[in-house]
Amino acid sequence: MNNLIFLIPIALFLGGLGLAAFLWSMKSGQYEDLEGAAWRILDDDDDRPKQD
Amino acid sequence: MSCCAAGTESAAEIEALRTEGPSAEEMWLSSRPLGDGLRQVDLIVPGVHCGACIALLEKELPSVKGVDHARVNLSTRRVAVVFGADAAGAGDHPETVLTALGEKLKALGYPAHLPGGADEAADPAMRELLKALAVAGFASMNVMLLSVSVWSGAEAATRDLFHWISALIAAPALIYSGRVFFRSAWGALRHGRANMDVPISLGVGLAYAISLHETITHGEHAYFDASVTLLFFLLAGRTLDHMMREKARSAVRNLVRLSPRGAMVIRDNGARDYLALDEIEPGMRLAIAPGDRVPVDGRVVSGRSDMDFAVVNGESAPQLVEAGSLTPAGTLNLTGSLVLEVTRRARDSFLAEMVAMMEAAESGRAGYRRIADRASAIYAPAVHLLALGTFIGWMMVSGDWRMAMLTAVAVLIITCPCALGLAVPVVQVIAAGRLFENGVMVKDGSAMERLAQADHVVFDKTGTLTRGKPLLINAAAVTQEHLAIAARIARASRHPLSQALAGFDAGGDRLPEFHITETPGDGVEAITDDGDVYRLGRAVFALDGRDAGVERAQDASQVILSKNGAFLDIFLFSDQLRRGAAQAVARLAALGVDAEILSGDREAPVRALAGELGVSAYVAGVRPRGKVDRIKALTAEGRKPLMVGDGLNDAPALSAAHVSMAPASAADVGRMAADFVFLHDSLEAVPLAIEVSRKAGSLIRQNFALAIAYNCIAVPAAVLGHATPLIAALAMSSSSILVVLNSLRLRRKTRVEGFARPAAPEQVSRAAASAPGFGAGV
Repeated sequence: MNNLIFLIPIALFLGGLGLAAFLWSMKSGQYEDLEGAAWRILDDDDDRPKQD
Repeated sequence: MSCCAAGTESAAEIEALRTEGPSAEEMWLSSRPLGDGLRQVDLIVPGVHCGACIALLEKELPSVKGVDHARVNLSTRRVAVVFGADAAGAGDHPETVLTALGEKLKALGYPAHLPGGADEAADPAMRELLKALAVAGFASMNVMLLSVSVWSGAEAATRDLFHWISALIAAPALIYSGRVFFRSAWGALRHGRANMDVPISLGVGLAYAISLHETITHGEHAYFDASVTLLFFLLAGRTLDHMMREKARSAVRNLVRLSPRGAMVIRDNGARDYLALDEIEPGMRLAIAPGDRVPVDGRVVSGRSDMDFAVVNGESAPQLVEAGSLTPAGTLNLTGSLVLEVTRRARDSFLAEMVAMMEAAESGRAGYRRIADRASAIYAPAVHLLALGTFIGWMMVSGDWRMAMLTAVAVLIITCPCALGLAVPVVQVIAAGRLFENGVMVKDGSAMERLAQADHVVFDKTGTLTRGKPLLINAAAVTQEHLAIAARIARASRHPLSQALAGFDAGGDRLPEFHITETPGDGVEAITDDGDVYRLGRAVFALDGRDAGVERAQDASQVILSKNGAFLDIFLFSDQLRRGAAQAVARLAALGVDAEILSGDREAPVRALAGELGVSAYVAGVRPRGKVDRIKALTAEGRKPLMVGDGLNDAPALSAAHVSMAPASAADVGRMAADFVFLHDSLEAVPLAIEVSRKAGSLIRQNFALAIAYNCIAVPAAVLGHATPLIAALAMSSSSILVVLNSLRLRRKTRVEGFARPAAPEQVSRAAASAPGFGAGV
């Protein structure tokens, strides 16, 4: 019973981390151009997206 | 032009590219400030197809002075350009920056236009659905883990603790993720209807309430896991459904309107004013430059030109117009300047009549109800009655309201249309994906359901069964040197035959400089510095009226090249059958779909084509209204006509038909009116789309059967009170997985066809040179 007090919050925290990561990636526009990324990786140039 | 995949850009896109790009003022108005003196403008660039285009644009655009950076989005074919708005900063005025930007894009071969309308922002509904899905996924995973521990035999105190934690996780998740369903259910109830969302909302809500009551009273059965996993599965189906509709909509959005908004009016005193369409009155005189569309119905007063009457008869072969000829609104002036006298106002014009016809026809299709809606209309009341009956039955038998309530909730959860909610969208998304791989775009799921029902197909001729573009058929027979000269001269003209010839221009500077003048309706004259006069055009024109024994090919259009009045060579053109047309008709017959041809062209070529394809039913010389009437007659007979057409003249028929398809080379109005658009050249896309739609239809029915079969087993158990939360969760998940797996079989039942690969343009013309073509006539 005692170990549950640790384990359940840890499990919830890890799950919450995943959820937060997904929501963040969506907010930062990583799903905006799914096709372009596949082509960009073939490009040798420095292709870091600039901040906008 | 663009780097790759020559087949993927359509004629309409190329047409759009020829039109002027947005002006600097328009770009400025549509740009938005980003702070720090920077502004961003989003442009649609249809020419972007691959990585090389991305790299080129992102490297070259910032070299325009004042442009900070550019970012290409390949999925939406857009480029976001960030530029400095500070006049003081770089010493550049923003308008000069934008003008330079527009010219740079044009110079790179990627003409751009501005996105139109307010619906351009990122789709908020999709984001909301995805977020709701993520939250529901998180909650269902955690609640399910806790539930598994309970089912595997936790002691009473631990069980209660787990129930409480589950309740705490489930409550916010239900409120956040369930909104989509609650809102829709409430809307339906308020109007006295019941849709699929009513049993969903009721089931989820009641399950949570009764579980909370159980938890408080230290009961054994809690359905927290069921209520959140239910939401998760249903949201997955809803998201897929939405995704598919969105894809098609963005494709339509990228189209541009080609019709003019006004015209140049010549006043009595010779002054010229540009007036808006509404202000143009009958009797006014309009100046129509080569390349302009005629804005209102008129009669030619002076001038001579070749005009494209595709909007009236669907034919690409131009007609000669002279003083006295009638020019309906929407026809395109190709070669010479014209002065027209307006005969009718814009709102009474031929084009307005077409638009009215399309609007009237649109309502015909609204009668169709989607399979999912039809299913839910039967399903929802049945489920409610069953749950209510269970509750009343148990109340009468045992008198224990808690027991009766728990059983009724179990029935609601077991029957909740989880598998049903997934059955349709999963199949349709997979089918749409498969069609897309074959170069067919689907507007929405209901179109696929309607296509599966189609039992009669009506083809347009020019541009649909044929390429609608003249092709040089004797390239092998003519002298290469003459061909090179003719091609170079032809570059200067907008006439379709010239443009077909211009494709053979190899570039290079081996040829002398030409001073070119075009005589509308006759041909092109080119004078070299040495004084040699080359003429390219009709025999009478090129040979100075002498008919030097040039035999005229019956079915083909011809162009003659002469030097100083002496015959050099003759070029023959003909419209070619679209690739796969014969195979398409044969496959349609095998599918039990009759074909029929409706064309605005003359009788002889239509009959020849019908004979070549083995189609017995054809009607020639049909005006747009005639096509609509024919479609309506077919519908009245109880048939489900599929209309395949490309021209402006087909647009009303496309919207009147039960379901419609258009090639990507179609006029933009046609593409918007059609349910399906096929991107590749081959007409075999038509039978393929029907086959895939039919397979999808049968899989959807299988899925329904699976879901109902599962209910037949599970519901009696639930009604009798044998369903524990464990059984409910198992049954629910397994039926959903079964339905998804069954839907995935569609990927194995259909394949990517070989014809999906577009042939290179040179191969096409070479193949055309050897094959005798089908005549378009002049």
